[in-house]
Order: sequence, then C-alpha cells, then structure tokens
Amino acid sequence: MSEMMTGAQMVLKALGEHGVEHMFGYPGGAVLPIYDELFQQEQLRHILVRHEQGATHAAEGYARSTGKPGVVLVTSGPGATNAVTGLTDALMDSIPMICITGQVPTHMIGNDAFQEADTVGITRPCTKHNYLVQSVDDLSRIIHEAFHVATTGRPGPVVIDIPKDIQFATGTYVPKASVRHKTYHPRVKGDLEAINAAVNLIMSAKKPIFYTGGGMINSGPEACQLLRDFVKMTGFPITSTLMGLGAFPAADDQWLGMLGMHGTYEANMAMHDCDVMINVGARFDDRITGRLDAFSPNSKKIHIDIDPSSINKTVMVDVGIVGDCGHVLEDMIRVYKSRASHPEKDVLAAWWSQVNEWRGINCLGFKEDKNEIKPQYAVQRLYELTKGPNTYITTEVGQHQMWAAQLYRFEEPNRWMTSGGLGTMGYGIPAAVGVQVAHPDALVIDIAGEASALMTMQELSTAVQYRLPIKIFILNNEYMGMVRQWQELLHNGRYSSSYSEALPDFVKLAEAYGATGIRASNPAELDDAIKKMIETPGPVIFDCVVTKNENCYPMIPSGAAHNEMILGSDSAAIAVSDEGRVLV
Amino acid sequence: MTEKQVFSHTIAILVDNEAGVLARVIGLFSGRGYNIDSLAVAEVDGQSHLSRITIVTVGTPMVVEQIKAQLGRLVPVHRVVDLTIEAESVERELALIKVTGSGENRVEALRLSEAFRARVVDATPQSFVFELTGRKEKLDAFIDLMRPIGLQEVSRTGVVAISRGPTPL
Repeated sequence: MSEMMTGAQMVLKALGEHGVEHMFGYPGGAVLPIYDELFQQEQLRHILVRHEQGATHAAEGYARSTGKPGVVLVTSGPGATNAVTGLTDALMDSIPMICITGQVPTHMIGNDAFQEADTVGITRPCTKHNYLVQSVDDLSRIIHEAFHVATTGRPGPVVIDIPKDIQFATGTYVPKASVRHKTYHPRVKGDLEAINAAVNLIMSAKKPIFYTGGGMINSGPEACQLLRDFVKMTGFPITSTLMGLGAFPAADDQWLGMLGMHGTYEANMAMHDCDVMINVGARFDDRITGRLDAFSPNSKKIHIDIDPSSINKTVMVDVGIVGDCGHVLEDMIRVYKSRASHPEKDVLAAWWSQVNEWRGINCLGFKEDKNEIKPQYAVQRLYELTKGPNTYITTEVGQHQMWAAQLYRFEEPNRWMTSGGLGTMGYGIPAAVGVQVAHPDALVIDIAGEASALMTMQELSTAVQYRLPIKIFILNNEYMGMVRQWQELLHNGRYSSSYSEALPDFVKLAEAYGATGIRASNPAELDDAIKKMIETPGPVIFDCVVTKNENCYPMIPSGAAHNEMILGSDSAAIAVSDEGRVLV
Repeated sequence: MTEKQVFSHTIAILVDNEAGVLARVIGLFSGRGYNIDSLAVAEVDGQSHLSRITIVTVGTPMVVEQIKAQLGRLVPVHRVVDLTIEAESVERELALIKVTGSGENRVEALRLSEAFRARVVDATPQSFVFELTGRKEKLDAFIDLMRPIGLQEVSRTGVVAISRGPTPL
C-alpha cells in the first residue's frame, strides 16, 4: 500500500517505521521542512545539541550503549561539514548511524548557493555509504536502504542528503518491507570448513589466547555470552582491544586486561609468545600490533571478521573466517563440542603459570601520594564508588582514556563508549549526552581531560536543557597529557603548545551553565567529593586536580614489539628507534 | 615475511550505474594510496543500469588482495573479478594517433601502420589519424615508432578485458 505525502513527512514516517525514538540535531534553512514536521508530532524526540559535531557523537553514544542506530539531523553546508568528524569517528569504530543533511534546492546545486557544500563529495570517504536524493519518489526507499546498510554487515555511518525542494515535494511513500537491496548482501555465517580448521588449531594449542575487539560489541550481548561460554569451555586466557572492553567480564580469572600500546604486560607478552591466536572481531590495528614484523612471530592465527577487507590487511592469518562473531562462535562451539575428545586442562598448566608470572609484575601499579591525587588513583576510586551494571562510561582521548581503559573494569558490553580508531578529543561529553538519553536512569560518567572536555563543553548546555544528569569527571593536569608524554619521550621534554594555558574555573563554568561544579585537590577529600557527585541529581563537572607530570604506563613505544614494553619511568632509558619516531 | 615484489593486475568491477559510483571507486584508490595504471568505464547493460569498470593496477599480492576486498565493500559494487589470476583473459586497448609529415616520412608512417594493422580514420595532405587496437605493448611500440616520424597527439581508451571461453563472469 503506497501513500502520497511530502518528502519531509516521508522522513518522519520512515524513521518511525525503523523504530527511531530519539534523534540529535540542529536546525537550519535547508532542513526547516523536516523540523516543521518534527514540531507537529510526538513519537520522535529531537534533542537539540549546541554544535553538529555534538549531534554525531551523541548519536554514537546512543548507538554504542543500545545497539540501535544513532540518528542525526543537520542542515546543509556548515551543518554537514561540522558533522564530518563524528561521521569519520563512526566509520573508524563501526558505529551504526544515519545522518540526514539538508541540501540547497536541486536547481541551485552546483551554483555555490548560500550554505551549499558538496556533502556527498565531502562525506564519501568518511561514510559507509551516502546518498543525494534526486527525486522525492526515491526518498523512502533510500531511507530504508540507509538503515539496512548502516546496521548490517560491518556497521557504519550513512549520510542522506536531501535538497530542500524534495522535502517540500509530494511523492509516493514505499514501506520498509518492500525494499530489497540489489548489491549489498553482507555475509554473516562463517565457512564451515574454515571453522573446522580453526577448531583443529584450538584443540592443538598449548599457548593459546583469545584477542577480541569491537566486533564483539557490535555482534550483541548474545554473541558476548557465546564468547564467555567458549572461553570458559576452552580455559584459554583472553584479552581485548580498547573497543571490545566489556564483552568478557573483567572480574573473571581468565581475563588479562586490555592489550596494545597501553595494554597490560601480561596481555602483550601472551600475545607475543602464544602459539594459537583467536582474533574475534578485532582488526590488527597499529595500536595493537606494535612493530608488525615482530608481531606474535610464532603463532598460528585465526581471524573472525564480518568485513572481508579486514582479513590479511596488515597481518597474514592462517585461518580467516568472514562472518558475524556471534554466528561464527555459535558454529565454532558446536563443532568444538562435537569432537570426540578434548585436550586435558593441564595441557595449559605451563602456559597459565607463565601468564601468572607476567601478571605478578603488577604492571598497572603506581606510587600513591599523600598530598596529590594521582590520576590512576582517581580512576580507581571512581571505579570503586560507581561500579555496577547501571553505570556507563564515556571518555575523551588521551592519558585519561588509557587510565580509564586500564583501571575501570567492565563486566558487561555496551557500558564503555570511547573514540578508538579516530581518537577524537571532544567525544566524551556529547557521547555521554547520547547515552543518558537512551538510559535516563543510569549513572553516565565522562572520564575526561581538561583539554578534551573544552572541545565540546557547550554540550553541557544540552545536558542542562534536557535534564540529563551526566557527570563530567575531569582529570585536570593542565596539560594535553598524552602530547606532553610523547614530547617527554621523543622530543627531550620540549613541551611545545601542550600546556593548557588560561583554563577556566571549572566549578564556576559548571555553575554558569546551570550545572553543579565540584572540585577535589587532595586524596583525602576525593571519596566524599565523588559521592557528592553521584548524589547530585543534575549534570556535574568534577574538577579533579591531579599530578601534572604523571605518565601513562605500561607502554609499547612506537616501532617496538610487544615484548619490548616500558613498564614505568623507572625502566632503563627509553630508546625509540628512528623508524619509531615517525610513527604516531 | 611480506612479499615485496609487485605485479600488474587487470580487475573488472561490475557496478550499478548510479550517480557518484566512479568517484567511489577512484576515491578508494587515491584515499588508500593504490595505483591506477589505466581505467576504462562504460555502461554495458542499459536496461539494468550496469557499468563495467576495468582497472589495471600494480601492487604486492597482499595489496592487490586488499584492493579487491575494499572494492567489494563498496555498496553499489556487484562483482569484482581479477582477470589476471581468476581467468585466462583477452585484453585490448584502442588508441587514436595523429601523425604529421610529408614525403618519405608520410610513406613510412603508412607502411608501418599496415604492418601494425592500424586503420587510417582521417587523412589530410599533411596528416593521418590512425586507429589501432591491441595489447598495451603493441600500442606502445607503434607510438614509439611514430615519434621520430612526426607524432603529434595520442588518445587511448585504457585497457578493457574479458575472460576467454564460453562462461561469463
């Protein structure tokens, strides 16, 4: 049954068909017809952000914490270009997002009209797919396709650019069910022969490790349960990338912590020395592998990924399985269980005793201080006082992000929202807004640095407007801490432009926004201040004044291998090779 | 461990002929730092709006595999076929070549064009335009021979290719 309606009405109708309850956006000339429709309905709640970048990160936080796509609505020109950072972020971290952009009317495209930008041209490399709608009769089909593309396969952002005349024009609405895509059919079931080969390797392993990533979170909570079952069944140790934290519970004995550049000693050493590596939904990112030619030199590698281009991209693997993590794990468990005999658990005894020896180093240890709050101590206390299934953590990018990843422990998926691939400072506050919109009764905390938080601080105003009680927990060391750390390690301590000069008074800033400001400057008052933050009903900026020059360890210096980690500033002189210096 | 030696591959990409599809394909090559040695594109089925893009690229085996996987990921792409390794294939390119000269040079140009089975598609008392079809190497050789005679201008289509035998892609 097809219906006639305007383009703007189609947008609302299609979003309704796809179950969209919330969208994040900012109006402007080229999207006014859609805003007019929004005004006249009540099913869909629009959250007005303060900057379009904020809308995209809020949509990411919403998506990451619910598994549903995040939806963004912005105007043409600057509205669209401001969304580019969030689109790129979502592409890098495989976050499902629909971004609707207004465009100048069809007959003015190409004339350098007011607020015109070549949105599909600009966003082509930073979206999974994009559309310029050229006829109102195509609009509903395109929206349905966009949801399909954004949420299936390897998820990602999709832009729909809608010229203003098409929003006004009347056409035929095609319902969701009658749309089939011509070319796009991602594969979800893994090849059984490859799964069998993988199980053979798993059965023969003496020094195995699971290495899991963001693909597990995208695959969903049921897939994470399958992972937990399989890890328990095999008795293997497990580590995860930054993006995959929470897929496996941090409290479990088999959990080695995060791996990679600031991962744990035990996780990285186990990756280096293992004989069988089972990569589930991770992509051998450069933060993970360190120097490629020294990456886990003696292991057989299994790689499960829904994106065929991830397999053999940087690391050649022995068994590549294209498919959805959940589906492949389900088949893998079935094949594993069907085998007549299974290796005795004591086959792994020597490996576990080696792993436990590495654990004994206590690589995340730090020297506490009576007078100053160590940033690690702050994250630890925050964790102890706020942990629970109803707590959601977002972060900005830098040292605080790594300390949060190391020390905040996640038991469930979808509780951890961070900008991994793109490394976007300014992600955390808007992401927290999005998470809180999706989970109004949850405790949502942005673990932040003072420099990152200032990049999108205006979204605090959004939080105040919609009574979203987000907590912005700033580890304030008055430095872009990770930049400063690299300048210390690589540029002889010449701290070029990394000092946060002329900072605002964060307590007063919070008050100016109509939020609450809390400051803690010494360890003795920290716990009470955190409790006060939790008890405050509205949004809070927590200014946690921490040690200025603390470095984030352990660390694999650029261009080094997993077994060349620096454990702390007391380690022998840190040598970074010339090849390493050019890396980021 | 990584194979450093590079090889030339001819890749056929069947795409939906929608707005921007060529930009997606070549943007992928430039954005990821892959080479394009030649590119040919045209609609091959007007009814179903199918276009065929033929790209000749060079890279290590790992890079070429990556190029094909990345192409396969583009939403409007139907199929990606590596005609260098997946099938025995015929490759052809067409060139239009303008040569000027008089006297002995003019005779020599015509004689060589016959040897290469080039066709004269335009002639004036001072010039010829030759049409030549063949493998890339044949076109290169002919153009090199025309250079001292009076080569003025060359227009080439880029390589197109199709697999041998009865089976379509």
